[in-house]
Amino acid sequence: MADYNMHILVCGGTGCKASQSELIKSNFKTRLNEFGLSDEIQVIMTGCFGFCEKGPIVKILPDNTFYTQVTPEDVFEIVEEHVIKGRKVERLLYKDPESKEHIVDTKGMDFYKKQIRIALRNCGFINPENIEEYIGRDGYAALGTCLSEITPDEVIRMIKDSGLRGRGGGGFPTGLKWELTRKSVSDQKYVVCNADEGDPGAFMDRSILEGDPHSVLEAMAICGYCIGADKGLVYIRAEYPLAIERLKIAINQAREYGLLGNDILGTGFSFDVEIRYGAGAFVCGEETALIHSMEGKRGEPTVKPPFPAEKGYNGKPTNVNNVETFANIPVIINKGAEWFASIGTANSKGTKVFALAGKINNVGLIEVPMGITLREIIYDIGGGIKDGREFKAVQTGGPSGGCLTKSFLDTPIDYDNLVAAGSMMGSGGMIVLDDSDCMVAIAKFYLEFTLDESCGKCTPCRIGNKRLYEILEKITEGNGKVEDLNRLRMLSSVIKDTSLCGLGQTSPNPVLSTLDHFYDEYLSHVTSHKCIAGQCKALMHYSIDVDKCTGCTLCFRNCPVGAISGEKRASHYIDQSLCIKCGVCFAKCKFDAVLIA
Amino acid sequence: MPGIKLSEKTIGIIQQVCADFRNEGSELINVLHQVQSKLGYLPAEVQEVIAKELNISVAKVYGVVTFYSFFTMIPMGEHPISICMGTACYVRGSEQVLAEFKRQLSIEVGQSTPDNKFSLNCLRCVGACGLAPVVMVGEKVFGRVSPQMVKSIIAEYKGGCAVEAKSA
Repeated sequence: MADYNMHILVCGGTGCKASQSELIKSNFKTRLNEFGLSDEIQVIMTGCFGFCEKGPIVKILPDNTFYTQVTPEDVFEIVEEHVIKGRKVERLLYKDPESKEHIVDTKGMDFYKKQIRIALRNCGFINPENIEEYIGRDGYAALGTCLSEITPDEVIRMIKDSGLRGRGGGGFPTGLKWELTRKSVSDQKYVVCNADEGDPGAFMDRSILEGDPHSVLEAMAICGYCIGADKGLVYIRAEYPLAIERLKIAINQAREYGLLGNDILGTGFSFDVEIRYGAGAFVCGEETALIHSMEGKRGEPTVKPPFPAEKGYNGKPTNVNNVETFANIPVIINKGAEWFASIGTANSKGTKVFALAGKINNVGLIEVPMGITLREIIYDIGGGIKDGREFKAVQTGGPSGGCLTKSFLDTPIDYDNLVAAGSMMGSGGMIVLDDSDCMVAIAKFYLEFTLDESCGKCTPCRIGNKRLYEILEKITEGNGKVEDLNRLRMLSSVIKDTSLCGLGQTSPNPVLSTLDHFYDEYLSHVTSHKCIAGQCKALMHYSIDVDKCTGCTLCFRNCPVGAISGEKRASHYIDQSLCIKCGVCFAKCKFDAVLIA
Repeated sequence: MPGIKLSEKTIGIIQQVCADFRNEGSELINVLHQVQSKLGYLPAEVQEVIAKELNISVAKVYGVVTFYSFFTMIPMGEHPISICMGTACYVRGSEQVLAEFKRQLSIEVGQSTPDNKFSLNCLRCVGACGLAPVVMVGEKVFGRVSPQMVKSIIAEYKGGCAVEAKSA
């Protein structure tokens, strides 16, 4: 990046691309060309900056200016003011929500202050489609060091010493996994990267692959060197077209540069990577199911042992790691196990990437040291709860996880603490809920997901979850009984104990966790038929306050089913037999005259 | 569903895809991806040809097709509408958006309108959680969709060709 005076980085993550960031980039190029500045200023499309809430993002280097919510039209002003005249475009700068001051430099943003970026080190810095930019930031140096200076056993020792644990959710020590696969004797072994990110509301792996695909390829090659494999496979969701595209480009470039393929860097070590496509099955995140899917079969899990380390893809020893786990490897080699182990808590080292979403001001992708508290994540990085509402809970671990309530706000986050709190680390989805979210409905939502995704192989998961779902449906429709709550618990424990794979064993977790922390809410659904959060439609009743209604007819005109009647400037009325409880009248009324009971 | 008679050309396309993957049964999922991208969907007749080419049973092909949500046995509408039902979109109201699409189009999830213009589906997380709730029409992403916006989104595609849509 040496020859240019200025770099304009445009976010090319899925979120920003959906908001026309491609056009922003081409507008920059055209405009700079018109001013004859194309040779002095470089415009590149990078991976995700993480600050998705305020996308599309444009960052200008070297002065680190951070523009948010940029439109293709804004480009002209940025070029004329910032680039030509050196004056920052104030209205596009990030505004601190508390002080209302414009923040010029990303270093001053609370969103970035508490983050430590290891796995995301290059996301938002480099052009993911250019291998030289990756190499320019120490890329492939770790692979070179390993191949020429360190024996496979020593590398494995380093990974073990670093304390790195699987970032896909399980938290199994990575070094140990490598060691087990290394010890298996076979003529052929495989390295598999699990990029089948199925947890709804999580997009960590996708962002890494979109923003820094080479870091994963480099780590896979290192893994191949350690376990004695010459073939790597990336199992990726077909729903991630951009990540697939960039991964393909990266693989081809790495081959051209001799960093993948035969006799890498002249060391005699050969390793190549191929892509395998997932086809939308959550259970394929489970190692054995994933391997079956790669073999062209239905993605049904099988009993372990044998573990993939002994008998995996095509019956050969296979090491499966998640994208984020791999992205940490090159840094551990470059900076040392000790450095990595100095970050985090006693049993959880390093950092974790979370996809922060839901009712939070700064939706986005964050990477934080293990041991950070939920409070710091939600209030410092996340900027607090949306619309000034009250924090209710955070859901982690997706459909296999649970909820953390207010009382856990100051608990340091690591693998063990989350499990102790009745949730789990999971792959990193973090959904923030406020007081308008009904916890019974949330549990039902996750169960509907598991129900859909259960492979159907074993009875407790296939039928048990269906029954659980039906009970929850009954409760949210106001037909639940107190006995149902015990039934939920009993059935949940049976499903957990008797299912074959991780999906079934964890599927009742959202139910159990909400029952534990929000029993009152369940109780009010079944005893007084009330949904405190006001989310369960069947339990709601819309009416119009005669005193407040001005007869403006706004609700009458917007009601989709014609359930509202009334004359102009006279109080209106809702016909309960027609009302579908869509809430449009409530949302539209300017006089707070629509009441929800 | 009445049987479909595949044209020689269609059979040729399927055979070519199978040949590209060396007619190996282990490449089934890759073959299905390719064939679906070329034909739009995978009806029973297509599965029969694939089974024959790869020398595996039709039951196995059917088993795989119905296992994965990405594969579909019914044709998609001209403008496939997908509502994101990921958690982030759900807590920001995607259920109401879906209900409104169902009401406006008078179809259920997994169905197409009688004129085959629209089909309705749910998907799990596009990864654009900052724009929640998200709706995709074809390749185009609409962000921060409210039930009130549904009518205008449909209207954009009703007139034949889509006018430049206001996304996000």
